[in-house]
Amino acid sequence: MPLPFEKPMDELEARIRDMRAYAEDQHVDLSSEIVALERRLESLTRDTFTNLSRWQRVQVARAPGRPTALDYLGSVVEGFTELHGDRALGDDPALVAGVAKLGEIGVVVLAQQKGRDTKENIHRNFGMAHPSGYRKALRMFDLADKFKLPVLSLVDTPGAYPGIAAEEQGQAWVIAACIQRMSRLRVPAVSVIIGEGGSGGALALAVANRVLILEHAIYSVISPESCAAIRWRDAAEAPSAAEALKLTAEDLLEQGVVDAIVEEPVGGAHKDPAGAIEAVRQAVEAEIEELRRVPSDELARERRERFRRMGRFLEAN
Amino acid sequence: MALERWFRRKRPTRGDDDASPKGLWLKCSGCHAQIYRKDLIANLFVCPECAHHERMPVEARVAMLSDEGTFERWSGRVAPTDALGFVDTEPYVERLEAVQKKSERLDAVVTGAAELDGVPVALAVMDFGFLGGSMGSVVGEEIARVAERAADEARPLISVAASGGARMQEGALSLMQMAKTTVALEALAQRRLPYISVLTDPTTGGVTASFATLGDMVIAEPGALICFAGPRVIQQTIKQDLPEGFQRSEFLLSKGMLDDVVPRAALKARLATLVRLLRAGLDGEPGDGAAPPVPLAREVSLAGAGGAGSGLGSVRGGVRVDADEAARALDAIGAGADDVDGGQGSGDERDDDGNVGEESRSRATSV
Ligand SMILES: [Zn+2]
Repeated sequence: MPLPFEKPMDELEARIRDMRAYAEDQHVDLSSEIVALERRLESLTRDTFTNLSRWQRVQVARAPGRPTALDYLGSVVEGFTELHGDRALGDDPALVAGVAKLGEIGVVVLAQQKGRDTKENIHRNFGMAHPSGYRKALRMFDLADKFKLPVLSLVDTPGAYPGIAAEEQGQAWVIAACIQRMSRLRVPAVSVIIGEGGSGGALALAVANRVLILEHAIYSVISPESCAAIRWRDAAEAPSAAEALKLTAEDLLEQGVVDAIVEEPVGGAHKDPAGAIEAVRQAVEAEIEELRRVPSDELARERRERFRRMGRFLEAN
Repeated sequence: MALERWFRRKRPTRGDDDASPKGLWLKCSGCHAQIYRKDLIANLFVCPECAHHERMPVEARVAMLSDEGTFERWSGRVAPTDALGFVDTEPYVERLEAVQKKSERLDAVVTGAAELDGVPVALAVMDFGFLGGSMGSVVGEEIARVAERAADEARPLISVAASGGARMQEGALSLMQMAKTTVALEALAQRRLPYISVLTDPTTGGVTASFATLGDMVIAEPGALICFAGPRVIQQTIKQDLPEGFQRSEFLLSKGMLDDVVPRAALKARLATLVRLLRAGLDGEPGDGAAPPVPLAREVSLAGAGGAGSGLGSVRGGVRVDADEAARALDAIGAGADDVDGGQGSGDERDDDGNVGEESRSRATSV
């Protein structure tokens, strides 16, 4: 189903499809008309996507059909081997962990996985991890340090799960522990925000040397809906909240929260998953290639400094 | 606008306090008993009837934890700025201005050096009355600085949290403070200096999920709401009733999340005991050269903060904290003790809490 602002493009696509079918059926040459329509489609898509409001960007970040973390893992790394369980309470399918090869280098991979359909969404808890998921991540950070495996994390979550068990099992505690443990890694760490970077639950996996974000992904302290409910006392004000929160890739680059933006194919990653996945693969490979030469002490120090600098304030003279 | 609203809300209360004998009495938010204001203050804002721990003004907390005349304030050199131009039903700058005037503080935390039962320590005390104690760039920076300076001066750090979480008006920059405060604690860890975190009512969201739960020991006051997501958010998510005592200190103690729950009257002595014990290991006193100090970076990013020339003078409202906060002892607090209700009626609390998960909890109110 197209997003509301995708309707004109969707209609144009349908017309192109019809024309192709007609041309084939009737053995007539409509190629110049089709090419013209395709050009129009591309420029319309480009125009639409360069002028999206922040709220529309949020919708793209959550669009059905947008590649999920596991879709990326199929091509960004080779031979991904999942490692299950936190060794205490269970295995959290919302946070997938494992080892793989990135080019010639072995890496530890952490990925927040949303579902690709309703059934998988329920299985994955819509990408909202419980403490068990974060405990599994803690175990992976240890593994990464022990065997000098760089860490790649793919961030895509509405947030850490807010539930009774999650609170009882120390959701806040494990998120804090993840932030601390990841900041101490002595191997390169690269995070890519591929969809929704939802608050502390996202940050727990994004204390990296390089934090990349996909062009239409978002990263925010709170969802626009919750922000609207609290600050406007009206969840329907989510579009206003999205504007106020400055949560787009460009906003975050300007704030110094992310280091680089990975461009998506025209029309968004959901229109061309393979293109988006390849763009991420190249970006991640380039970052790891650069970071692998940096000594361990330096990696940890640089990462600490990266986050120590965060924030804006006025200073007394 | 903000100021008018503030005055409308505050004036009648002030008037009552000054003129009417009714203002001398407070209603306990636990047992609803009428308590003589001076008794409540003398009892560290703990109800003498039911031992309910009311929220405590920052100055009273500092006075309670510091040996007399030893507190030296470190915080107050950095001021918040509206980096995002955030406007909801009211501009963030106006909210800031109003609360700065009211609290005579630049932001929601006070830090400094003190002696605690004769032990030199660094203190960080959060102010829930200041935009719900929410953590933006300034709170993050003050926490980072107090950790680093404590490490430099070989002082253990004690933080007292009270916060609705990250300050959403500062967007992702406030989220980043969770990581900033966490990495700054490394300065203490590298020198093996104790960091004890005290959680008070309420400690929620991004503060719970960062420095406040990373203490070598984590202690809570009785009955405090401590959580990641607030009860309201959880209830909306799961659509069931929450268990009795859910997310309160005693509940979390039973779940293994806290080292202990310590009544306010015993807190100072407990902290002194723990700090002394942690410094009595086989290597003698850490921080005295036992562990090689590893220098951490100290640069401060002021990008977009108005440039190098912008000092506090450029802060709208230009509020400054009194130089000598130590002088604000319990008695002084008592004089202005509408901090107890803090102008934070339960309605406004939600407005001010700065985070997702905050429930509105009734507080002691003037009767
Ligand atoms: Zn009482």
